[in-house]
Amino acid sequence: MKKILRHRMFWPVIALLALIVLNTIARPSFISITVQNGQLYGALIDILRNSAPLMLVSLGMMIVIATRGIDLSVGAIMAVSGAVALTIIADSPSPDDLGTVLVAILVGVLVSLLLGIWNGFLVAVVGVQPIIATLVLMLAGRGVALLITGGFITTINSAPYKFMAQGYVIGLPFAFFVSIAAIVIVALIERRTALGVLTEAVGINPEASRLAGVRARGIIWGAYAASGVLAGFAGILYTSNIMAADANAAGLYIELYAILAVVLGGTSLAGGKFTVAGTVVGVFTIETLRSTILFLGVPSAVAPLFLAIVVVIVVLVQSQRLRGAVAKLAQALRPKKPEVAR
Amino acid sequence: MAADTEARPIAQMRGITIEFPGVKALDGVDLTLRGGEVHTLMGENGAGKSTLIKALTGVYPIDAGTIVVEGTPRTFRGTSDAQAAGISTVYQEVNLCTNLSVGENVMLGHEVRGPFGIDWKSTHREAERHLEGLGVRIDTRSLLAAHSIAVQQLVAISRAMVTDSRVLVLDEPTSSLDRGEVDQLFGVIRGLRDRGVAILFVTHFLDQVYEISDRLTVLRNGALVGEYPVAELPRAELIAKMIGRELDEFAAISRSADREIDRGGDPVIRATGIGRRGVLEPADVEVYDGEVVGIAGLLGSGRTELVRLLYGADRADAGRVEVRGRPARITNPRHAIDRRIAFSSEDRRAEGIVGDLTVAENIVLGIQAKRGALRKLRKAEQDAIVEEYIQALGVRPANPNALIRNLSGGNQQKVLLARWLATAPQLIILDEPTRGIDVGAKADIQRKVAELSEQGLGVVFISSELEEVVRIAQRIVVMRDRRKIGELTSHDTDVDDLVAFIAEEHDTQESPESVA
Amino acid sequence: MKKILAGVALAGAVALAMTGCASDGGSGGGGGGDDLITVGFAQTGSESGWRSANTESLKTALSEENGFKLVFNAADNKQEAQIAAVRSFINQGVDAIVIAPITVDGWDDVLTEAKDAGIPVILEDRTVSASDDLYASWVGLDFEKEGETAGTWVKDNFDGQAQNLVVLEGTTGSSAALDRATGFDKAIEGTDINVLDSQTGDFTRDGGKKVMEGFLQKYGNQINILFAHNDDMGLGALDAITAAGLVPGQDIKIVTIDAVHDGMQALADGKFNYIVECNPLLGEKVADLVKKVVAGDSVEKREIVPDQSFDQDQAKEALPTRPY
Repeated sequence: MKKILRHRMFWPVIALLALIVLNTIARPSFISITVQNGQLYGALIDILRNSAPLMLVSLGMMIVIATRGIDLSVGAIMAVSGAVALTIIADSPSPDDLGTVLVAILVGVLVSLLLGIWNGFLVAVVGVQPIIATLVLMLAGRGVALLITGGFITTINSAPYKFMAQGYVIGLPFAFFVSIAAIVIVALIERRTALGVLTEAVGINPEASRLAGVRARGIIWGAYAASGVLAGFAGILYTSNIMAADANAAGLYIELYAILAVVLGGTSLAGGKFTVAGTVVGVFTIETLRSTILFLGVPSAVAPLFLAIVVVIVVLVQSQRLRGAVAKLAQALRPKKPEVAR
Repeated sequence: MAADTEARPIAQMRGITIEFPGVKALDGVDLTLRGGEVHTLMGENGAGKSTLIKALTGVYPIDAGTIVVEGTPRTFRGTSDAQAAGISTVYQEVNLCTNLSVGENVMLGHEVRGPFGIDWKSTHREAERHLEGLGVRIDTRSLLAAHSIAVQQLVAISRAMVTDSRVLVLDEPTSSLDRGEVDQLFGVIRGLRDRGVAILFVTHFLDQVYEISDRLTVLRNGALVGEYPVAELPRAELIAKMIGRELDEFAAISRSADREIDRGGDPVIRATGIGRRGVLEPADVEVYDGEVVGIAGLLGSGRTELVRLLYGADRADAGRVEVRGRPARITNPRHAIDRRIAFSSEDRRAEGIVGDLTVAENIVLGIQAKRGALRKLRKAEQDAIVEEYIQALGVRPANPNALIRNLSGGNQQKVLLARWLATAPQLIILDEPTRGIDVGAKADIQRKVAELSEQGLGVVFISSELEEVVRIAQRIVVMRDRRKIGELTSHDTDVDDLVAFIAEEHDTQESPESVA
Repeated sequence: MKKILAGVALAGAVALAMTGCASDGGSGGGGGGDDLITVGFAQTGSESGWRSANTESLKTALSEENGFKLVFNAADNKQEAQIAAVRSFINQGVDAIVIAPITVDGWDDVLTEAKDAGIPVILEDRTVSASDDLYASWVGLDFEKEGETAGTWVKDNFDGQAQNLVVLEGTTGSSAALDRATGFDKAIEGTDINVLDSQTGDFTRDGGKKVMEGFLQKYGNQINILFAHNDDMGLGALDAITAAGLVPGQDIKIVTIDAVHDGMQALADGKFNYIVECNPLLGEKVADLVKKVVAGDSVEKREIVPDQSFDQDQAKEALPTRPY
């Protein structure tokens, strides 16, 4: 029992479960899952599906944060990748052709990779501070996306492309499988190879790592490239979900939610130790929180405040220091009682 | 001496117990600090010295025991409580605001107020007066960051005097000071002692203990060994009390220096005229298989700079390097590692350990970095390597999953040594591997170095403690003022010779060769 | 690196030279003997499809065929850039200035300068807080009226049937969202239409889709009518409704505002039921006003361009000829 209590995943998981319970009390239909046209249907299924873009972006953000960095450009990269992919499909004579769609996705993600490599170059080679380096693309990227779409919202009709975010496989949303695949691939690459521990070493003590022979530059560069690719896929999912490239709205503020998800999951913004499982829980927590606003019927005007308060509570619950203080307070109060009784 | 008369106790700690999860860091420890006395706290790393200091200065709450200051029992809930009770601390890394002026630092929170807010002129005059009281004459309007650590410590002490401290805790203040600075600091300490301040001093340097202390308290494994007037406790006895065993271990090591080295073939490394403008004048160094080459010199003599250039941690802009007779371009650590050269930095915390990783992860970091990220060591291999080196070097606790930052300095150093030995180097460069670690760990590391060199490993060994260098190095490169001033062989050199050689005038650029 | 810098400098110089040419031509035209009216138009930028259509409409209406010489500036949604553009129009001595103000405040000085120079100013789309004797007229739309039209349609078709309605609001705090909500609420007041829930979808497709999904999970089959503050949110909601196993346009009636192309298409396809237009085609009205003020005729201070509205049949008819 004590072991479970001390596990670093304990409090993030509790926070997520508490939110789910809260929603269920407000509306028992929250946890109901029915079958509709052979597909599972319910609020929880929506959370699994809608969390996919944030999941991909957060996994990339987590790797970057582990190297002591931050990637503010992920939202803009999403906008670019979606704009590129949809423009290719819209201009193609056969938008329903699987080949066309695959090429569009590939090119969209490749462009994102290039943008990630650019970020990594600025940080790892030129030595620009991560927040500044990625701010460049954060501000410029959306402009590029607008340029690609010509200032309009590009809409397409393409069954295979639509399948990415809206299709179902064995009753579950395909986007959820994309999430799972990303989680598994990131976990495998980081933990089955030594990349994870070397990334952590670089994040915790860059100079010691360099002297120990760790190729810090390559690792940092790679982290930004990975973040770019994941954001690119997220952009594909985002556009597939609405079948439109909305350069102004795609991935807006997602960098902030991703940072929040990573931190809620227990990875320190100071870099170093990171946990894939924690980030996954953090993403689900945020996505559930968004549903909570709807399910509790929080009016739009106070929704941001509600979000802020819940996040503060979740962060406080996870704070070791606060928990310690509460435990101490409880201890300090306890001995007094027998004295009164006497 | 003040110790002869039983001086009035200012602070008394009785039965102090502090527990951390799973560890009893202090177990019923007593400490009595008397006015007008310098009291030194002794113990190996991990004995509980810093925990005791943190209890006294309010950093850690105590789980049991009492703290009485000037007759009043106190409970400290934070450092400000301790300061209010008249207890001030000066740390090794000065905890002042280096981006404020000297005067502002001295007077922070006690600025002289005039009719229009703070009267800066009077404030600086007051700061000057306090500094002069300690014999320090500097411009109080200059930025603190512009001064040496030594001066910053004196500023910290002045600050303690401004807040009218009755107890002054000096936690390893001398570890990065040169001899002259230590003398100045000791002058100040004696002055304060004579004014009736109780001083608690912590150091690893035995000489300094006997130079400045009136009384000693020895801790071992979180428990009190005893309190002794310095005059009644000879060195050998002190060491025995600290480590709990008799010390003839160094004797065995001393033979290593006299071992004959075969300098027939190509050396492991030969650097000719290696240097960097403004950092190091061009110097020659060579190390043969099985040889320990010591580098002696004071702090700032260029000894660290020399080895950093050899390793590629910094880039040399002059000179040639050959590894086993073949020209080698070493401009970054990877180049050195690829040639099986290892380097352990003098700054263990900033450049050695990766604090939040485990002992095991720290040990395999070097070998893993060498293999590359994709060829991860299998769990079984990793466990075997970790187990082997934890045993071979006696890392305590022998728990591969402990976070390295929770280990004592000596054990961290052993882990770093393990990291490099696991990569099977042909040359290992150790910069101050024994600094700030306890006597037992020091002996362990020296013995290991001697043993490795006997097995054929080339070693470059830097230490501020010249006895150490003379004891284990067969050949000694002597540095001063950022250049190499000569080479000595150990078997006809003792510490006094070495000191004399460093102190001598060497006008010529040419190194006087005294290799036999 | 030096080469790149030189390239940038060269490009900059060319750009400067080009704008120089354009403004010379403009003032030449204004001062010359031909009959063209020189108009400076300070647009906000190109942030949305609506804005692009709006720009296009003014450019067409103020063309040379129609007797105008247009000097166009898009300020990239920065007010200081827009004010600078207006100043340069004044210096060029244009005959009239049209502004689509980015913000409400901060216009007094530059409008006074224009007035002193004797150049009439016409505002379009958004308004300003400055005194209304500093400009000749304002041409725009009535968001509240749009909401009211949508509400009236709902009332006419569903009052007395105890229907449940949900609302997808625009960005919280924007005037379009506030006024459309006010107008809509006013229209359905006193009916038995029950507003189940109202949440913001931020005017985006993604937002509309996610919020609609939530509504559907929360209320199941209770929802009969959806009112979306713009087409995009309504379009996003379509997928959510289909995924819930319902048929948009039938199981859930959808009424939206905007009438952009994709929305009109959905209406024609029977997925939407009613759209109130938010007309970006203000050009003709503006051109008409410019001619009048330059000729010295008196004009109304507020000119509201009436919005059309469409049902499914009207949409099918209008779609092939819609300019945007």
